[in-house]
Amino acid sequence: MSILIKNGRVIDPAQNIDGHYEILIEGKKIRGVYPKAKGPKTDKIIDASGCIVIPGLVDMHAHLRDPGFEYKESIRTGTMAAVRGGFTSVCCMPNTNPVNDNKTVTEFILRKNYAEGACFVYPIGAITKGQKGEELAEMGMMKEAGCIAFSDDGRPVTNSLIMRRALEYSKIFNVLIISHCEDLKLSEGGVINEGFISTTLGLRGIPKAAEEVMVARDIALAGLTGGRLHIAHVSTEGSVRLIRDAKERGISVTAETCPHYFCLTEDAVNNYNTSAKVNPPLRTERDVEAVKQGLKDNTIDVIATDHAPHHIDDKYNKEFDAASFGISGLETAFSLGLKLVEQGVLSLKQLIMKMSVTPSGIIGIPKGTLAEGADADLAVIDLSGEFIVEPDRFLSKGKNTPFKGWQLKGAVLKTVSKGKIYEWE
Amino acid sequence: MMLKSKDLLGIKDLSAEEIINILDTAAVFKDVLARDIKKVPTLRGKTVVNLFFEPSTRTRTSFELAAKRLSTDVVNFSVPASSIAKGETLKDTALTIQALGADFVVIRHGSAGVPHFLSSVLKASVINAGDGSNEHPTQALLDLFTIRSSKENIEGLTVAIIGDVAHSRVAKSNIYGLTKLGAKVRLIGPPTLMPAAINNLPVDIYNSMEEGIRGADVIMTLRIQLERQNRGFFPSLEEYFKLYGLTGDRLKLAKDDAMVMHPGPINRGIEISTDAADGPRSVILEQVTNGLAVRMAVLYLLSGVKE
Repeated sequence: MSILIKNGRVIDPAQNIDGHYEILIEGKKIRGVYPKAKGPKTDKIIDASGCIVIPGLVDMHAHLRDPGFEYKESIRTGTMAAVRGGFTSVCCMPNTNPVNDNKTVTEFILRKNYAEGACFVYPIGAITKGQKGEELAEMGMMKEAGCIAFSDDGRPVTNSLIMRRALEYSKIFNVLIISHCEDLKLSEGGVINEGFISTTLGLRGIPKAAEEVMVARDIALAGLTGGRLHIAHVSTEGSVRLIRDAKERGISVTAETCPHYFCLTEDAVNNYNTSAKVNPPLRTERDVEAVKQGLKDNTIDVIATDHAPHHIDDKYNKEFDAASFGISGLETAFSLGLKLVEQGVLSLKQLIMKMSVTPSGIIGIPKGTLAEGADADLAVIDLSGEFIVEPDRFLSKGKNTPFKGWQLKGAVLKTVSKGKIYEWE
Repeated sequence: MMLKSKDLLGIKDLSAEEIINILDTAAVFKDVLARDIKKVPTLRGKTVVNLFFEPSTRTRTSFELAAKRLSTDVVNFSVPASSIAKGETLKDTALTIQALGADFVVIRHGSAGVPHFLSSVLKASVINAGDGSNEHPTQALLDLFTIRSSKENIEGLTVAIIGDVAHSRVAKSNIYGLTKLGAKVRLIGPPTLMPAAINNLPVDIYNSMEEGIRGADVIMTLRIQLERQNRGFFPSLEEYFKLYGLTGDRLKLAKDDAMVMHPGPINRGIEISTDAADGPRSVILEQVTNGLAVRMAVLYLLSGVKE
């Protein structure tokens, strides 16, 4: 079947396109981009009047919880949430049960996604067996099975020698090592940012240094080894500074942040609001400004979601200390990103770069473009369309979000993924 | 005048007027406790549930007796043996208590914020009997009551709080209460035991015991949890006592009529020496007695607050 997408403003930074074009999709591929009113006649037409048409977003940091924690999320619901948010490619972290530390689990994820996933899923394999930080996992076989990067996710590799080996060994395959930077001794028992709010709430704080110490270590190891390092969810001013400095020195490091680190401060946890409990924790206004500056000057390359869906019993019906860390982020990420455009931090093109083109390039997948021959992955978004965040209407099983009730702009009206059209009012 | 909220979650949320109101009411109940028959029918027919997730004989007994002196029925919900240990959620526990028909829930929990959570779920009045490192409001109220009993006016007093402020809910509640009533608060201890950004509050911080207690009107020593030593907050109990122990000699640096307070139970020879703990300036046992009167006042005042 062929589909023509008409009347939209097509923005494809990869081809440096921004204007009114028509896009022809045949089957699961893009067959052409035509000037306005010049596209071929087709049976099926998508009218994108008043909307932007962009490459499907690419999330390089999500948790799909499948296998093992399907009560929190499954590949089916997680990918549905993704397309609802305009994402057509999602990289899933290995902290499943069993851990994705061998090719059998990788193959399971890919096979399950083939059967029931609404979008592309790219597994991230564990760096070490069982995410225990002791022995390297079989990166070669996992890469061959389909892993696009390696990370021990929320369990940082504390042993510096093992981290060195991982960065060295990964060079055989030219794959990315993604680091969750946290010194577990410094953050031990902490649940929110360390500062006056942790004191007034009586909650154990996580100092910014817990993140920065590890960012500094990993940058040193990347410099030593020449391996490709990617710093996950940057949250502090100091981390931004360290990464900026490392890039200036030519070290192979890239970085991401998440919408909550540029939209919220630690104030969001007041009244013991577990919705805003994330790891790393929400920081201060200064850090938020530094993260924005880092996005602006490309110190921070990517906006990822760190989509972390949780069941209500794990997130809400618990004491703050015991509640799970994380935000269900796929369905709000683009609209929260648009705030950066409104604030003049990024241009719309830059936002799209950081949410599709750049992550595709970093992990090495042929996504993030509407070029002829590319997969037919795209999103139709009404930039002025306003909506209120209603977690109960999330397609993700995870209804945990601190953005409940926020009025946002940028409604995703249609997503084309794997050749299928998903549409919403 | 009644309290504004149906709950007592912390001193942080109270106004100075509300604090004074509680202290005045406690004075009336202290007279009741001095009588031959120490009981009034004020809250007959009401039910208090003591919900203690952490062991605390003192505070629980104090609440229990205070409730009984007001003629309420008291139920002690002993938690380690209950369903929580079997994995019941906090919300389910709260709803179970609600179904039992409690009018007051006195809650002690190791995690900060649990009383706040219960207050959002329950119609009953929730009284915080200590939550993690957050607050212990009735302890601060009884401390304020004790100070007022001997000093009349709290405004203008210099109060030195010594020790593990970082982990002490008693210290936190006292800082809020004392500063709201116009006292000057000094915190004394090693930097490892000071909470982050505590200087955002109107307090002065001293790492030297001698400098900190010089000229103080009130000296509050805090309990040192013995396991803190193993966690690297200070090198040894001996060194702690040498640097921050309250001894008779050090007490001489304070004002002549300085009061010595401690929330109990005391570690003799660690945070306080025997001569200081048992000396003429010590009001440690008076604090315990005053705790009853203050808790009666809190129950009484909250009983009049309608949602």
